[in-house]
Amino acid sequence: MNKRIGVFICHCGLNIAGTVDVDALREAVGKIRNVVYVKNYIFLCSQPGQEMVSDAVKEHKLDGFIVANCSPTLHEKTFRTIAIKLGMNPYLVEVANIREQSSWPHSKQPDYATKKALKIIKGTIKKLERNIELYTQRVGLTKRALVIGGGIAGIQAALDIADGGYEVLLLDRKQSIGGHMAQISETFPTLDCPQCIMTPKMTEVAQHPNIKLYTYSEVEEISGFIGNFTVKLRQKARYVDWDKCTGCGECIAKCPSKPLSEFNRNLCKGTAIYRDFEQAVPSYPVINKEACLYFQKGVCRVCEKVCPAAAINYEDKDIIKEEKIGAIIIATGYDLMPIQALGEYGAGKYKDVVDGMQFERLLASTGPYAGNVKRPSDQKVPESVVFIQCAGSRDPETHYPYCSKICCMYTAKQALLYKHNVHHGKAYIFYIDIRSNGKGYEEFVQRVQEEEGVVYIRGKVSKVFKRGDKLVVWGADTLTGQTVEIETDLVVLASAMIPSTGSLNLASKTRLATDKFGWFSEAHPKLRPVESVTGGYFLAGTAQAPRDIPETVAQASGAASKVLALFSNEYIESDPVIAQVDPEICNRCGYCESVCAYGAVKLNPKTRIAEVNEVLCEGCGACAATCPSGAISHRNNSRKQIFDMISVATENYDQITTKFDK
Amino acid sequence: MEEKREPKIVGFLCKWCTSAAADLAGTSRMQYPPSIRPIKVMCSGSVDMSYILRALLMGADGVLVGGCHPADCHYLSGNYKARRRIAILKSIFDTLDLDSERIELKWISASEGKKFADTVKEFNDKLSEKGPNDFTKSWNL
Repeated sequence: MNKRIGVFICHCGLNIAGTVDVDALREAVGKIRNVVYVKNYIFLCSQPGQEMVSDAVKEHKLDGFIVANCSPTLHEKTFRTIAIKLGMNPYLVEVANIREQSSWPHSKQPDYATKKALKIIKGTIKKLERNIELYTQRVGLTKRALVIGGGIAGIQAALDIADGGYEVLLLDRKQSIGGHMAQISETFPTLDCPQCIMTPKMTEVAQHPNIKLYTYSEVEEISGFIGNFTVKLRQKARYVDWDKCTGCGECIAKCPSKPLSEFNRNLCKGTAIYRDFEQAVPSYPVINKEACLYFQKGVCRVCEKVCPAAAINYEDKDIIKEEKIGAIIIATGYDLMPIQALGEYGAGKYKDVVDGMQFERLLASTGPYAGNVKRPSDQKVPESVVFIQCAGSRDPETHYPYCSKICCMYTAKQALLYKHNVHHGKAYIFYIDIRSNGKGYEEFVQRVQEEEGVVYIRGKVSKVFKRGDKLVVWGADTLTGQTVEIETDLVVLASAMIPSTGSLNLASKTRLATDKFGWFSEAHPKLRPVESVTGGYFLAGTAQAPRDIPETVAQASGAASKVLALFSNEYIESDPVIAQVDPEICNRCGYCESVCAYGAVKLNPKTRIAEVNEVLCEGCGACAATCPSGAISHRNNSRKQIFDMISVATENYDQITTKFDK
Repeated sequence: MEEKREPKIVGFLCKWCTSAAADLAGTSRMQYPPSIRPIKVMCSGSVDMSYILRALLMGADGVLVGGCHPADCHYLSGNYKARRRIAILKSIFDTLDLDSERIELKWISASEGKKFADTVKEFNDKLSEKGPNDFTKSWNL
């Protein structure tokens, strides 16, 4: 900047003037190089104070000015706004914090407070001398959202954004939306069935004019940045022309190939041409190529023969579609850890050791036994069931250290539903603690314990093995200090929740941050829980961490509201106090790229010279501190500026005589 | 001769946590030695090693770098970058037989005004005891 600097010193009543000798300060500041005007005032932030500053800037043709007053968090904006009104670049206004960082903490040493205030002002002048004019960048945006994952989180987020008036693409890699919630028998603590509460939402999604469904599709590639993403989606070959298909289901009824049903957690058989479940949205089936007799053996084509709409197309191919997107919601959900890893519980060895979701299917009226609980090995009604909580969770030595959060509640619910199903049956639950911190949750657990007569045993199970056609559970009751042996028909493992299988792949495609387990990281654990670390990406549901349905829905709506807030802007405006590369000096080492937490600095693929994405850069300065050649600088916090400020800071105090000196 | 020499401390204070803590100490009228000369930076992760070296070579008796607590960094991981850099710098100092205790890295959150005041007091006392920094005798900028 040009060097006509003004300094305005605020008395802040006696807050500053009571400790700092403001007259001596004014005199000393007046002697500093490039300072052409100094003025004291009792309250700079008052209306007359602001007018005084404004008039002085005009009258003395100041190029920039400093206000020496309170913390910049309070009035930096006030004085930068004055600059804007005067046609001055607001980044040529700086605040010297002489109240919070000098007059107040040194009020018992007023001579030092004055000298230190002078030092702070001098340092700020040094900084201002090298400040450059900065301008915010404006970038347009595509007001169209992509929601990845069609479980309850994705459904809720998509509906909220669509209701807000913007177009949404809802993507799921399965044939149908619905996610895990569609597999659940009933939901705790109210015992609503998901068919009753979720299928209306699924239908709403299908019929919403602003929602475009992309099921049986996956993300191929994402490029761009907040407001301006280009997404390539792979719509997998369905072998059924959905434009012609009426969803009558004739093909499914006649399909002779019977692979295990994924939706029913491999507890029963499905068909090679299938839809995930009866209420699937969309209701059109796809062909599982690996199981189809025609694809595997070249014979059959039964579906083609029975289809009244001639919708079967064995020649179908994957289609790559490119879409322009402004914001992306990650709602990729969870999976349960494979229970085969829990060999001590006989998992993977005995058919009657099942995981929580398998037991949901056994309980569900849409499940393999139409809601009558039977054990998988011999379809016998289990006379007793042992539930083992924290199977893999809260187990830092061998599996996952975290709590999967929902298992205490769903185990209580499953025990209750089992008791309702098999009245004379016995249910035992092994637990470490009961975590029931939700609305109506504790009451629900009490009910299960007291009214349903479910036996809760505090302790861990050491071993599950077979004796005859029974399973024997060995465990410890840590309340009585005794070992426990239970003969049972069925064992249910509340196995740990882990990020869904596709999410790691997605994390690498989007370069979004995850924690060490693969859960997507939020921008701030307390204050920015639905935003991802990278601008334009938002998080909903269990993609971020284990959580239950009410929390998932609330977070999904939170993420949707963030997207709506983004879309209410006509353009994205970015803070210009960010990093800047001097391409002449850049030595193409790429260290900056590796330290940037936001993916904002990248080497140009052709020239290998670092480039800063001005919209993504948050202005932390880490790259500038890392750059070995000094090619990256932090605008208005440059190395030269900091060095100048260090010079001021390390000089001896100026000898000024204050009124406090006797 | 000076009876009681006041050390010079250059403080690189992150805008979001430690500088805000210094503001809070002031607002709460906590008194601490004026020997700290604050330089506000966006993030402790933006503090280049050369800033610390420069300050010490120009006659600072100590350098305080203040950042957000682990996992609380406004920029996600800037404080970890600062921690690594300072660990490296300290080990270089030790290797060269320079006094690495003149560099201090502290996590002081925006709510810890008292911790800021106490940190400055303790660092000030430690540096007073050590006496003037003699780096400048060996190097001249």
